[in-house]
Amino acid sequence: MNISKDEAAKVAKLARLRLDDDKLALFAGQMDDILGHMAVLNELDTENVDPLYSPVAHSTPYRKDEAFKTTERSDVLANAPEDDGQFFIVPRIV
Amino acid sequence: MSDLTSLTLTQVRDKLAAKDVSATETTTTCIDRIAATEPSIKALLHYDPQNALDQAKALDAAGRKPEQTLFGVPLVIKDAICVKDAPTTCASKILERFVPFYDAFVIERLKSRGAVILGKANMDEFAMGSSTENSAFAVTRNPWDLERVPGGSSGGSAASVAAGQCFAALGTDTGGSIRQPASFCGVVGLKPTYGRVSRYGLVAYGSSLDQIGPLTRTPADAAAVLTAIAGHDPRDSTCSPSESSDYESELAKATDLKGVRLGVPEEYWGEGVDDEVRSACQSAIDSAAELGAEIVPVSMPHTKYAVATYYVLAMAEASSNLARFDGVRYGYRDPNAEELIDMYETSRTTGFGDEVKRRIMLGTYVLSAGYYDAYYRKAARVRRLIRQDYLDAFERCDILVGPVSPFTAFKVDEKTADPLQMYLSDIFTLSLNLAGLPGLSLPVGLGSVSSMPIGLQMIGPAFSESSLLCSAHVLAKAMPTMTNPSGLV
Repeated sequence: MNISKDEAAKVAKLARLRLDDDKLALFAGQMDDILGHMAVLNELDTENVDPLYSPVAHSTPYRKDEAFKTTERSDVLANAPEDDGQFFIVPRIV
Repeated sequence: MSDLTSLTLTQVRDKLAAKDVSATETTTTCIDRIAATEPSIKALLHYDPQNALDQAKALDAAGRKPEQTLFGVPLVIKDAICVKDAPTTCASKILERFVPFYDAFVIERLKSRGAVILGKANMDEFAMGSSTENSAFAVTRNPWDLERVPGGSSGGSAASVAAGQCFAALGTDTGGSIRQPASFCGVVGLKPTYGRVSRYGLVAYGSSLDQIGPLTRTPADAAAVLTAIAGHDPRDSTCSPSESSDYESELAKATDLKGVRLGVPEEYWGEGVDDEVRSACQSAIDSAAELGAEIVPVSMPHTKYAVATYYVLAMAEASSNLARFDGVRYGYRDPNAEELIDMYETSRTTGFGDEVKRRIMLGTYVLSAGYYDAYYRKAARVRRLIRQDYLDAFERCDILVGPVSPFTAFKVDEKTADPLQMYLSDIFTLSLNLAGLPGLSLPVGLGSVSSMPIGLQMIGPAFSESSLLCSAHVLAKAMPTMTNPSGLV
């Protein structure tokens, strides 16, 4: 395991984070340490073990596919950094 | 502490029911206690005394109704749980100005039971941490020693209860975030079975691991709060449809531990556990034996893989959950961004702290093409083996016991430079989150060297909260009384 600064930069980009060189170097080293510890999992033969993604034992409940109003638009927009009373406003995309 | 704030929740509730005190009086007393202690411990992020008094006065004016089992009892809520019209920041700058327009399920329940919501407790940012040092706004101090951390991530909740600011607090536990701070601060912390308490209105960190639970002074208090907040909620599909119990009334039947088989996993007592922790926990187990419990040695062979398994899965889930913080609908937005991707990147970079960024990056890495099978799927497979360890152990015993933490509360800044060492400190708490089981931290005295509180962890099978609380209730009576925290006047 050897996480390079470039690899950390690639991951940061995927995660929508912008980190300076010093921080990338710091995180690369720490990620290396942490992922190195996670290599302990390779000691175990898990080929015939089914993954467990959730401890929930009950079956997934379904609800009727019905449209209904849960809240007011003004409530949803109240925390928006920018809105026009109807929609969220974001910087131009194209 | 005053006569009133040193009472347990059930004691003050009895006084309220008997009309010996009013909701306004209990609330005023807590407000006074907060004023006296908050400058030292910084347990709260948001606190509005007038609002709390208004709630109390309204309760007194309306009078107590039969269903209001927590009538007039002031509580504190971890800042990851939405309370209508109160800031919910998750101790993060990215949510600094977020004010929910709805109550979480647990808050609806508490309000309908007549509780007074005093304020929001400090925490590690987005519940990521073991010391409450990762909060963007303040470092909470341990009421037993102000140089030490209260634990994390529900450190504000634990410190608030220990300091007598409130009669109970809600915390959340993804990998030990209720039990470890409870242990460090000398209070009871209960992490219920995954699905026993609705997560509706909880800001998600690791969705398959997170669970809301109480921090209190006694197991009986924990039973009272759990009775109020447990139950089915169709808005959380992972919430169990099974009926919850009246945990409180069941405690009255518990008088001894006869017939209770306590399993002691050999892996929980090995190298790295401080002697004072080992000694205090062993004394508690000896007391349990005197109360009639049968002590059964058991083995949990996959314990050494729990930290790696947990962090792969928790960080993967965190990277996905925290993708929603993009500056579009709520939270911080960089005002200078000129285009959309730039806005995402600069808002997230400014809004998140380092621990959150580190976990998001690790989560993104283990989920990325080429590494998904090696890390994420592998960890999910090991998760099943860890769960199987518990199922096997519970064939031989009813409750597992061991230390909550290998050591007592450490000093502020002592572990911040080495995140891996911080992660390793969670070794005894996080495996039961992987298995979805309930766990409780019971104060068993002060360390002979550190003079800091030590917690015994009690773990039960899924949905065994009743027997877990009953056993803790009986054992607690044989444990040293936790007096006023020595770090506060």
